[in-house]
Amino acid sequence: MKITYSWLKEYVPLAPPATLAQQLTLAGLEVESVSPVAPPFSGVVVGEVIESGRHPDAEKLSLCQVTTDGENRLAIVCGAKNVRAGLKVAVAMVGASLPGDVIIKRAKLRGVESNGMLCSARELGLGSEHDGIMELPAFLKLGENLRTALDLDDVALEVNATPNRGDCMSVFGIARDYAAAQERRYLTAHAFPVAASGTARFPVVLDAPAACPIFASRVIRGVKQGAASPEWLRERLRRVGINSISPIVDVTNYVMMDLGQPMHAYDLARLTDGIHVRQARADERITLLDDKEYTLDPDCLVIADARGAVGLAGIMGGRDTAIGESTRDVLLESAHFAPDAIAGRARRFGLFTDAGQRNERGVDPTLPPIAIERATALLLDIVGGEAGPVQVTRADAAADAPTWVTLRRTRLEKLLGATVPDDEVQGVLCAVSDKVESTPAGWRVRRPPHRFDIAIEEDLIEEVARLRGFDRIGESHAVAPQVAGESTESHVSNDRLLNAMVDRGYREAITYAFVDPVLQQQLFPETPSLRLANPISADLADMRVSLWVGLLQVCRENLRRQQTRVRLFEIGKKFQVGEHAGELREIETLAGIATGSRWPEQWGSPREALDFYDVKADVESVLALTGDVSALRFEADTLSCLRPGRTARIYQGSTAVGWLGELHPQISKAVNMSNAAILFELDIELAFAANPLQFKRISKFPSVRRDLAIVVDENVPLAVLQENVSVSASGLLHELRVFDVYRGPGVESGRKSIALGLILQDSSRTLTDVDADTVVTAVVARLRDELSATIRDQ
Amino acid sequence: MADPLNALVEQALADVNASASLAALDEVRVRYLGKKGLLTEQLKSLGKLSAAERPAAGQRINDAKASIQASLEMHRIRLEQAELEKALAKGAIDVTLPGRGQEPGSLHPVTRTRLRIERIFAQAGFQVASGPEVEDDFHNFEALNIPKNHPARAMHDTFYFADGRLLRTHTSPVQIRSMRAQTPPLAVIAPGRVYRVDSDMTHSPMFHQVEGMAVGENISFANLKAMLHTFVERFFERRLGMRLRPSYFPFTEPSAECDIECVFCSGKGCRVCKQTGWLEILGCGMIHPNVLRAARIDPERWQGYAFGMGIDRLAMLRYGVDDLRLFFENDLQFLKQFP
Repeated sequence: MKITYSWLKEYVPLAPPATLAQQLTLAGLEVESVSPVAPPFSGVVVGEVIESGRHPDAEKLSLCQVTTDGENRLAIVCGAKNVRAGLKVAVAMVGASLPGDVIIKRAKLRGVESNGMLCSARELGLGSEHDGIMELPAFLKLGENLRTALDLDDVALEVNATPNRGDCMSVFGIARDYAAAQERRYLTAHAFPVAASGTARFPVVLDAPAACPIFASRVIRGVKQGAASPEWLRERLRRVGINSISPIVDVTNYVMMDLGQPMHAYDLARLTDGIHVRQARADERITLLDDKEYTLDPDCLVIADARGAVGLAGIMGGRDTAIGESTRDVLLESAHFAPDAIAGRARRFGLFTDAGQRNERGVDPTLPPIAIERATALLLDIVGGEAGPVQVTRADAAADAPTWVTLRRTRLEKLLGATVPDDEVQGVLCAVSDKVESTPAGWRVRRPPHRFDIAIEEDLIEEVARLRGFDRIGESHAVAPQVAGESTESHVSNDRLLNAMVDRGYREAITYAFVDPVLQQQLFPETPSLRLANPISADLADMRVSLWVGLLQVCRENLRRQQTRVRLFEIGKKFQVGEHAGELREIETLAGIATGSRWPEQWGSPREALDFYDVKADVESVLALTGDVSALRFEADTLSCLRPGRTARIYQGSTAVGWLGELHPQISKAVNMSNAAILFELDIELAFAANPLQFKRISKFPSVRRDLAIVVDENVPLAVLQENVSVSASGLLHELRVFDVYRGPGVESGRKSIALGLILQDSSRTLTDVDADTVVTAVVARLRDELSATIRDQ
Repeated sequence: MADPLNALVEQALADVNASASLAALDEVRVRYLGKKGLLTEQLKSLGKLSAAERPAAGQRINDAKASIQASLEMHRIRLEQAELEKALAKGAIDVTLPGRGQEPGSLHPVTRTRLRIERIFAQAGFQVASGPEVEDDFHNFEALNIPKNHPARAMHDTFYFADGRLLRTHTSPVQIRSMRAQTPPLAVIAPGRVYRVDSDMTHSPMFHQVEGMAVGENISFANLKAMLHTFVERFFERRLGMRLRPSYFPFTEPSAECDIECVFCSGKGCRVCKQTGWLEILGCGMIHPNVLRAARIDPERWQGYAFGMGIDRLAMLRYGVDDLRLFFENDLQFLKQFP
């Protein structure tokens, strides 16, 4: 909300603007900006038009005689239509410097010398109006610098009141809080009654007394039509960011900005029978001031007349009963609404109004009569008319008992961790409320009517802390019990996984948890996903069922940015929809993608594209962090987004924990990736369960190595070969290495040669050649019998 | 008159030193000390001398032999050394050529920052907790004292699912879950991803927060101030001014925004801090009694503080990143700057 320094100063003495901004901010009213109300200009003074005649040579120009000292005359040519004798005007003297680097010089306009310029508001940077020159109030002193005369060195402050402080959404409200903070003074708003000059009344019935317990109204008959708001009012509103619309609207806006009470004015002639404040009927329709039709719900409160709703209560008035140029008789409304009856409704309809904002936060219920008197005084002054009596309609519910809140000294001290002298507490409380009582344990405070945020003891503690200043509470370290923490070995930590991936040359990415439904569907056509009801864009609408969707996109983007080698990983959740309604599993996942060359481009190593086995080594190395890979298996499997024949499902024992494979060429093509990409994904919880490590005794006896080149059918996987070797090695196989896989001359087609290194070792004795040969014989026999294997080169 | 033996020795030493290779050196050895060598011949000539002259002459010849041998040995070592040096020089490589192998990977700056935050608080005894990202209205709003229609809900532009579930808008729901799962005293931090319908230079629809809280019988606002101040100084690794400024969150009372002295201008005022000298880094306060009650903790006995900070924001400040979106574009040129 914007307020001006000068306006605020009418209620309370102020520190200079910069200090004021800091004081407000540190009391919880954040000042977002302090800006001048007018751009810099100089050489402009108050003048008066003595004569205004036609320019001899230009139909649209006037030649004026202007004085700025009551004696000397200046001939000034002016193009504005509203220039006339007797008008007080802003005169830019020769030599004046105006916004936009304009310097006023003596000039000839169509042959007539002009000694200065009569300024419009726009020329002085005081608004966008360019209908004519500024019409200054008649009481201004001739020759006075315009900046002084109009207080143009004033500043506007953008104050951000938090949602609990509806009471600070007005100039008076901010002044009240400032006075409490700086002077420990409790400011009250006063009514300045305007006696009724007429007797007109309009009936008001409160049908929803809890939602609207107080409704002040007043009829003003016979207002002047076509009147304009005075310059001071327009300027004041301009400075706080409100456009002048018409005197009646300007006055209601002014009173709202000044006191915080939203008001509304109806064209009395358009109201039928009387006002009812009631809940909306189901599907009741209304066209509001924004010219849009709304269908209301029964929890919306409306102002209605005999024909139907004429306004969405506390938020926006209706179009059909709005005041207009032909309005003669006005009904002013200044009502109190329960915040609960208003809150959320405006947002539901996408409305954002000043009235709604205030009413849903809570407006002081004592304000309606005060505000209506203020508005009446201003209106009579500007548009005249005959004011009827103030009608204050109250529901019984309005007679609520006052709320008292207690504050215990001990609680204050304990919560803040600081001692506050009693008299200081007392001082603050008396600045917050006009009813404060001492009790043996502390204080009792009557909730002031404007403070909807004070309900419990902690709220008062906050007031004490806030108004004294948070900086007056020291810093002291908590004394906490010493309890040993945790460091588990039953699961590989995510930190360790991060480090492992980074050390294997992968870069960590963080991608959105919502992804492009089209791409996700392309990758996982069978997998249902959770869809956002209000996505930020259509391509970020579905919760990911795999981290691959985001990683693939990032990979592609990087390839587009001329990267040729991409290795990325991410740790995050994927969202798996269950079979039952509403069932959802958030699965912590480690996933990666790699494409491009096996090694970064470097001298002395061949440029080869990376393949399945390169990434498999990475996956194996992180899985090895569990310390036990005996139950780890990779099984050939299929997944729609991976290339058939190059896809493995990863198991720990019988539990499937992830996937590894090459991206399906069709998908590569669809996403414009020319090189093969290898993808992997692991369910962290399942894949990385670990057991405390168990030391295995190191054999003191030397090992023996025997190498075998085994020829088997192409479709025999190594895993099967391995199992047969280990079964037949009578417990002496310490390690089995695969050091070559060969196909080609010397091996029949459809078969492959696998070179195995058998490392044999016993823990209790040195193995002899005879022992080793016995093992080799047994292994060869087994492989021949089970797998039709032959031994190459023998 | 020159002594012939001395002349021979002198000649021998000169020949040794003139040998350019081990082979040449061996020839010298044979020429003087071999079976038919010049010095060996001298020994043979001893027989011609009288018995009285023989010992002295023999001694002189032996001395001459020893001196030639020593010289041969020394020169051999010299030659071997030179040969080794020559061989090594031939094997010299260009040490400025780059090393070979896999390129190092990198840790995302947000993760890097999260891990640092976790460590700093873990050392103070905070446990690290986590919670679901798809939340229900109760944990994200109701239990945090944000009933339906509350104006504070407007501050949280929420992503919803058709069934009313939502993506958590802050990590605060973990407060409720942690407090329900444990009994006080407790100290927990909960880092994680959060979501809001918002996207521009300083807002991302997904970002990261760390929620922190401590509940005990005497955990006070003064403790909160001390904890936060220590944290920011540890995080930025320097002395830093800090201030708490009254604010409003439905789940804390009193509530505060925490500002730190601008880390770019040391509080003098710059573009980043909009000339204020202060940077807002987190929201905090004393846990609202309604929140304690929602977590089934008796607010008359227990009290505590809570805070929530943006990890991404801290990472931006720490590393001078000026556009939040860079974190989620995952451009390799960006990522590789964070080893």
